[in-house]
Amino acid sequence: MFVDTVIEDKSLHKPAFLLGLSVAVLIFFFAFNFTDTVFGELLSPVIGNPKESGFFGRLVVSFVLSAIFVLNLFAISFARLRVQIFIVWIELFLLFLAFAFSFDLKFSFIQSKIGLMVSKGLFTTIYISAVSIVIATAIAIVGAIAKLSNNGFAYAIASFYTSLFRGLPLLLQVYLIYKGLPQLGFMVDAIPSGIAALSLCYGAYMTEIFRAGIQSIPKGQWEASRALGFRFSLILRKIILPQAIPIIVPPTGNQFIAMLKDSSLVSVLGIWELMYMAKTLGQRDFRHMEMLLTAAMIYWGLTIILEMIQARIERKYQQKT
Amino acid sequence: MDTNTKAKNENPVISLDGVSKWYGDFQALKDINLDINLKEKIVICGPSGSGKSTLIRCLNRLEAHQEGKIHVSGIELHETMKDVDIVRQDIGMVFQNFNLFPHLTVLENCMAGPNWVRGIDKKEAKERAIAMLKQVKIPEQADKYPDQLSGGQQQRVAIARSLCMQPKVMLFDEPTSALDPEMVSEVLDTMVELAKSGMTMICVTHEMGFARQVADRIIFMADGEIVEQNTPDEFFNNPKSDRTKTFLDQILI
Repeated sequence: MFVDTVIEDKSLHKPAFLLGLSVAVLIFFFAFNFTDTVFGELLSPVIGNPKESGFFGRLVVSFVLSAIFVLNLFAISFARLRVQIFIVWIELFLLFLAFAFSFDLKFSFIQSKIGLMVSKGLFTTIYISAVSIVIATAIAIVGAIAKLSNNGFAYAIASFYTSLFRGLPLLLQVYLIYKGLPQLGFMVDAIPSGIAALSLCYGAYMTEIFRAGIQSIPKGQWEASRALGFRFSLILRKIILPQAIPIIVPPTGNQFIAMLKDSSLVSVLGIWELMYMAKTLGQRDFRHMEMLLTAAMIYWGLTIILEMIQARIERKYQQKT
Repeated sequence: MDTNTKAKNENPVISLDGVSKWYGDFQALKDINLDINLKEKIVICGPSGSGKSTLIRCLNRLEAHQEGKIHVSGIELHETMKDVDIVRQDIGMVFQNFNLFPHLTVLENCMAGPNWVRGIDKKEAKERAIAMLKQVKIPEQADKYPDQLSGGQQQRVAIARSLCMQPKVMLFDEPTSALDPEMVSEVLDTMVELAKSGMTMICVTHEMGFARQVADRIIFMADGEIVEQNTPDEFFNNPKSDRTKTFLDQILI
């Protein structure tokens, strides 16, 4: 992106904007009444018993909160860009933690279950996703070539496939494969059906990504290769794909990340992956939030790792071209 | 025409016999008859849209013609031919936009053809590539990537890449049209050298100085037809058709 060389005045440094923002935030905090929370208790020396403080207490609490909020923004606005980003990230993360802790979590419960969740659930999730990613990539390469070929059969089959599997909800595909195939006489286990559904669905999306990536390479590259007497497969392998990969990587990375999370859909087949474990482990003791939040953090962590890998690959290809 | 008497004596390396081509309803080439002999230097010129690029692109079948026959080294180019790659390996082509492979270094660009399709081992392909890069006078750029070079340098690499295949014929499709003015001469110099070495060359170009210097025959095309073909002297000093005269007036101001 192009960042303009002319710096505009920061709105946060304009009194009118600050005033307007303060009023808006004040109204927000007042409307949602934080007197009954930890903030009310902290301010009890001023407002007395939070429960009996009434309008005055409510006003004081919202005033203090909005002052903290606006001063925080004002202070951050003086920092350098990278520091700003870092501080805002940390603050948002703390808010998220505060949200999580507001559920009165029992950490001993999480501790007692996390071993099983990681060893069984996380392992299965990674296993299913990794196998599906490999198969989906293979499908996508074949599908993209078929869609770009002059062969009527290949094009028809590939476009029918992408149309069908992009057109059905993934959950429905999971059910159709798992419940449908046995009725036709093919017994399939839960994990292979889950992998089949994920691979076929994401293979269809990735077919389109690969096709677009290949098509984005200028025609001149094909012509120069043809003029040198290269065969189709050689051109694709040595000339077109190496140039298409840097274009394909970012959207493919997004697909990988999406697939990792969509692998939770196969929990409906009773596969002991992360989502299934989160649901069942919490059920017995009515400790749903503990397990769901743990699973959430594990998914999030995995996604961050994948994003970092994706960034690395992108950097690697950027250096080369 | 007496300029074609040479063609009757030898076996032409390329021959076109009544070639016509259409893009939809538009006829791009109209009944082209042309013989090109080994070691001959041909310059094709004409106003834009006259079919000169289309013609040259038919010679290695980057474009398909619909009527007539094209023979290259005695092999007819047609829709169902099996060995088009073999024919293409013997015809080098230089494009207006260079079309170097941006993910390969200059050296790798030059080694690709010999190594991948001629079956020459890497060591020999590399030696040949370096020799050709010396011939176009940029051996020192061998390890750079194309986008690190100027337009003129890129075009010379493109010429070297074609020469590494040791072609019988070289096709040039407006090789200097995409270049900044100050880089035109370095590419033309390379082409003049190549002409001196005896290469068979067919050049679509507007560089009339180059045409005068190296061409054995200048072909003037307009509206998909060959209007006139002649030796440079006759072509410039004694043009026969009015269209040629108009064209020369416009281009030689």
